[in-house]
Amino acid sequence: MAEQRIIKVLVCKPGLDGHDRGAKVLARALRDAGMEVIYTGLHQTPSDIVSTIIQEDPDAVMLSMLSGAHNALCPVIMEQLKENGIDDVLVGVGGIIPDEDKHFLEKHGLKGFHGPGTELKTIVEFVKNNLKR
Amino acid sequence: MPYSELIDKLLEGNTRAAARLITLVENDIETAEEIVNVIYKNTGNAYILGVTGAPGSGKSTFISNLTKFFVKQGKKIGIICVDPTSPLTGGALLGDRIRMKENFSLDNVFIRSMANRGQLGGLARATEDSIKILDAYGCDVVIVETVGVGQSEVDIFKSAHTVVVLLVPGLGDDIQAIKAGIMEITDVFIINKMDLSGADKKVAEITQMLELDMNYKYHSNNIDENYAKIVKWTPKIVKVNSKTSENFEKVIELIEEHKKFLEESGIKTNYQLNRIKSETVQILKHKITKKVEGLISSNSDIDEYIRLVMDKSLDPYSMANLIIKLLGLE
Repeated sequence: MAEQRIIKVLVCKPGLDGHDRGAKVLARALRDAGMEVIYTGLHQTPSDIVSTIIQEDPDAVMLSMLSGAHNALCPVIMEQLKENGIDDVLVGVGGIIPDEDKHFLEKHGLKGFHGPGTELKTIVEFVKNNLKR
Repeated sequence: MPYSELIDKLLEGNTRAAARLITLVENDIETAEEIVNVIYKNTGNAYILGVTGAPGSGKSTFISNLTKFFVKQGKKIGIICVDPTSPLTGGALLGDRIRMKENFSLDNVFIRSMANRGQLGGLARATEDSIKILDAYGCDVVIVETVGVGQSEVDIFKSAHTVVVLLVPGLGDDIQAIKAGIMEITDVFIINKMDLSGADKKVAEITQMLELDMNYKYHSNNIDENYAKIVKWTPKIVKVNSKTSENFEKVIELIEEHKKFLEESGIKTNYQLNRIKSETVQILKHKITKKVEGLISSNSDIDEYIRLVMDKSLDPYSMANLIIKLLGLE
């Protein structure tokens, strides 16, 4: 069998948000696009997520946030990644992210901001086109 | 030397280096060869525990619990969880981590999800080499969770020192218990979800099967016959509840007992020889397949043979023999 590069993506639910239908749909869509998807389950702290990133070595991390805690949690994740010398992983965040928060999150290195109604194709393309390695 | 910086870090116990090396080994077999070439002399210290069972039998939850007990003993644990790759898209959904939420420290426990990338047998091509990486990284125990298996995915018994098989009440009757396949490679049977009705019936079925004592891996043609008469391991059975951790001390005890058995009987050495043999065969198969594929796509003689087979003046077996000659493998 010819060996080829397979994109590995981590799908996470940070914080106390308990709604993961979107994360599961996304995980399934990325899987169907030929990627290897790890879903961590609910209620992950930033350090849980960073530990998982260290161990799983994914190409991309997709954070699904519906709770409104994105401004509090996402920068912490980015900070901890930096502390661990991880700079080659694409970190996307989606869910309910108000427009006025995007600039702040972008400054911390987050991308994507796909909200409800986004076509799955768009997110798949986003992952494929923004990989850092 | 390629990857030498990463390998140096791995040997110092750097977690990121271990993770990155596993990725490299997963993605390319030639890279795997270069890495294993360097780290091989640093392997052989880890105890390898295989955990297998049907989908939904509770393997991940069981491992999470077991790991808690190992960590209490001060052990460093590596876990490799294999899940299936889609035969249609090549994608995979790796969900074993969801069950492993014990808040393990990064220093004690390394969990890695792995897609099998189409390999049959319950493991991924890269599993064996990843075990070596975690061994060199300093893990005392490497736990390998196979894909949810049916009856014949038994590759784990070539990689693991101790094979634990999870069964659950209510799945299959006594005929299932005497079938060939995973039932024969088991060292410790775990009847998981013991709180469900039928757990005792399951224990009884397995006990009866073991009383027939036919074909167990240590007393079949795997080892010397005289040897087999002296040393015997009767597979053990234990009921557990992975939610309440009931009976996990017993599981640890039985694994220890099996480990001691392997060491004292000398089977461990035997096992290592067999493992090297089967791994070498795997590697050779891969290399020769690659050579054959290369030859078939580039050699004009072979096109000629194919036409001869078309015309029925040659049959496929004879053609294969001619190709073996071309490869110089006769």
